[in-house]
Amino acid sequence: MDNILEAKNILKVYENGVIANRGVSVSVEENTIHAIVGENGAGKTTLMKIIFGIEQAQEGKIFFKGSRVSIRSPNDAIQLGIGMVHQHLMLAPDLTVAENIVLGNEPRRARIFLDTDRAGEITRQVSEDYGLQAPPDKKIKDLPIGVRQRVEILKALFRNAELLILDEPTSVLTPQETEVLFKTLRNLKNQGKTIIFISHRLNEVKQIADRVTIMRDARVIDTRDAEELTEHDIAHLMVGRDISFERIPASTNLGAPLLSVRNLSYVDDEAILVLNKFSFDVRAGEILGLAGVVGNGQTELVRILAGLLQPSEGEIALRGEALIGLSPRKIREKGLCHIPEDRMEDGVAEETTLEENFILDRYYKQGFSKGIRLLWKNISRHSAELIAKFNILAPSGKTIVSSLSGGNIQKVVVARELSSDPDMIIAAQPTRGIDVGSEEMVHRLLREARDRGRAVFLVSADLDEILKLSTRVIVIYNGEIVAHFQDMSKVRAEDLGPYMLGVQREEAVSGKVPA
Amino acid sequence: MEKFLLKYFTLIRVIIAIAIGIVISVFLIFLISREPGFSLRSFLLGPLLTRSRFAHVFETASPIIFCGLAIAVAFQAKQFNIGAEGSLYLGAAVATAFAVSTNMPAFIHIPLVLLVGGLTGAAWSFIPGILKAKWKASELVSSLMLNYVAYFLGLYLINFHFRDKEAGFLVSYQFPETAWLPRFIPDTRIHYGIILALVAAVLVYYFLYHTTTGYEIRSTGFNDRFARYGGINVFKVIILCQVILGFLAAIGGTTEIMGIHRRFVWQDSPGYGWSGIIVAIIGRNHPLLIIPASFFLSYMQVGGRVLNLMSDVPAEMITVIQSIIILLITAEAFLSQWKYRITLRQAEKGDAV
Repeated sequence: MDNILEAKNILKVYENGVIANRGVSVSVEENTIHAIVGENGAGKTTLMKIIFGIEQAQEGKIFFKGSRVSIRSPNDAIQLGIGMVHQHLMLAPDLTVAENIVLGNEPRRARIFLDTDRAGEITRQVSEDYGLQAPPDKKIKDLPIGVRQRVEILKALFRNAELLILDEPTSVLTPQETEVLFKTLRNLKNQGKTIIFISHRLNEVKQIADRVTIMRDARVIDTRDAEELTEHDIAHLMVGRDISFERIPASTNLGAPLLSVRNLSYVDDEAILVLNKFSFDVRAGEILGLAGVVGNGQTELVRILAGLLQPSEGEIALRGEALIGLSPRKIREKGLCHIPEDRMEDGVAEETTLEENFILDRYYKQGFSKGIRLLWKNISRHSAELIAKFNILAPSGKTIVSSLSGGNIQKVVVARELSSDPDMIIAAQPTRGIDVGSEEMVHRLLREARDRGRAVFLVSADLDEILKLSTRVIVIYNGEIVAHFQDMSKVRAEDLGPYMLGVQREEAVSGKVPA
Repeated sequence: MEKFLLKYFTLIRVIIAIAIGIVISVFLIFLISREPGFSLRSFLLGPLLTRSRFAHVFETASPIIFCGLAIAVAFQAKQFNIGAEGSLYLGAAVATAFAVSTNMPAFIHIPLVLLVGGLTGAAWSFIPGILKAKWKASELVSSLMLNYVAYFLGLYLINFHFRDKEAGFLVSYQFPETAWLPRFIPDTRIHYGIILALVAAVLVYYFLYHTTTGYEIRSTGFNDRFARYGGINVFKVIILCQVILGFLAAIGGTTEIMGIHRRFVWQDSPGYGWSGIIVAIIGRNHPLLIIPASFFLSYMQVGGRVLNLMSDVPAEMITVIQSIIILLITAEAFLSQWKYRITLRQAEKGDAV
């Protein structure tokens, strides 16, 4: 079979000196599903950005359908017949599905006005051609994420994409939505399209891909037929060593409730009820998982627990002491730490050194300062200890945070938050977008904290993570607890999906305290 | 060599920017002046040629250093308060009112007058601080507007209540000698203000980089969400850094009045607050770098005055030249391609090892 796309010897160096692709060569056969896997920072996304014209390579050639092409912008790529569905969807939330699909190629009336009827027709036509259902008249913001993704795919197809690039498309989907997506992709393949599928979830790659390219450390390690490889092989090639896939056995020494949340409600600035009478306990010695599709109130819940947002009503108590109304510092001093969901927004000051990031919650404490004077010698020593203990890949404590990879930045946050050995750990998306090695480490640290009798509240959009770590799981949908799973040994990802999507709920749960 | 270039890139860029600025100004002077050789000499070397001009450089640098430090403290917290000029003016006016209406021994009078000036500036700068912290009013806008208010308040105070009717100019009464900041180099007006400015630079450096409050200010500037998340009282920081700004700027103005004029003479606002912004930007908000930046700017300003006085080049030209140099220094992207190519070569070399 012919190669639709060939990239040869791609070299990409970012302005900060990071080499994202060194001599990367990939061939994608026509009419296949080609998976590109690798840890975060391996260079997958950069390669795709180069192919789609968002980034320019310093060296290397790209061939499309056998002839050499120069792709200077996404427009060039679209002209050639390359479409890309980004990890963070690029749709206008206030426009309808039809308007989004025709955006840039709008059918017009009298040359000026958008022909809405025609746009709707086009949408229905494209939907029908490819068997992808999307309501043309609904606004994007009113649709679930799975459907939005479908709109992005439709948009690319409308522009006659023959090669479709999907960057980590499943990271935001529930298992059920993922199933639907895979059906769609197989369907598209049957209609002659070629698909590049980027992922770091190995079971999905096995499930869908014909060919697999494995990247590590900005290089291509291997490209093979998916059939030849087991999940274990792929993981081995990705990380360069063996990693375990087993679920972590549950802890046996459960203690008393450490954190109690009762009837917590939050109404935001736009008068939307984001959290509705939320009640739960986290006991010492357990990891309580909160599963849910992103945007169902998890962000607000975590910020309220950390004292960064004031709830509309309800109570929060740590060891029986009320937390609401206390400053973030007071709450921290009571033994609650917080790994924030967005490490770049909240977790670090990226323009400054590791040292200054490490002392954020302790610079005023004994050992780090005396009176008003900062004790830089002690701070440097402390930083060196944390860098060694948490295995952070950084030359020294004087290194600027932004020069580290995502995984190492997350380790900086985790090192700071966990090194004070807090009783209550709030971990929001603790491994989002980081490499497998760092993920393993974060999981080990959370588990160790649990075994020491600390309480962990784990909020994650990654179901595998929830299932792997949690002692118990509650499911959030639209600001309410809709399910509660006590015995994790029997729970599979598919069991959580319907609750996360709101198609099913345990009536008994609402209004009651799961304990 | 290339590693060295990368390490000192910012400094090298500043030097190149200055060089280019001078080349352009040479070109402009040749274009305008009928005696370009002489004009050029006046501009570039003028401040070095007589004792009093050279002294001028130091005299002018001192309030600029104070204002640069003031701005740097606020800018380090990413509070873009540009109210140094207003605080300086009103602080100096109130200090004048206090100085001319009190009488005490010099060793109390001098520090008290300085303190009155500084506290006035601090109180004035508290206004944009609280407006920002409480109601999220842009400190850029409010401090800019308050500059005008401060100017007219100061003018009113001096012209209607403390004007020396016998002086023949619109100036205040002369200070009693106990409130004079001594001059310490004969035949010049260089006064202890410059010493105070240098001490202040070291103190501000220590404050920002070696104290807990300084850490709070800088952390807020790096990422205010990060600071809040970590338990820093961002509300306090926003107000505090602007109060410090007002205090330092007003001290700068007050020392100038006490050391050079010994009475309030500014019918126009003197502009040191604006120079302070420039030196803070050139010095990357670093208190110790603000010292050379201030001397550089002061040298240019004195050179400009000499040029204006001695040659046929109009004063406006000076401003143009200064602006070009400052523009080049502050343009982040200037020479960035060059840096990028070095980075690329270095990265490739690292790759080969």
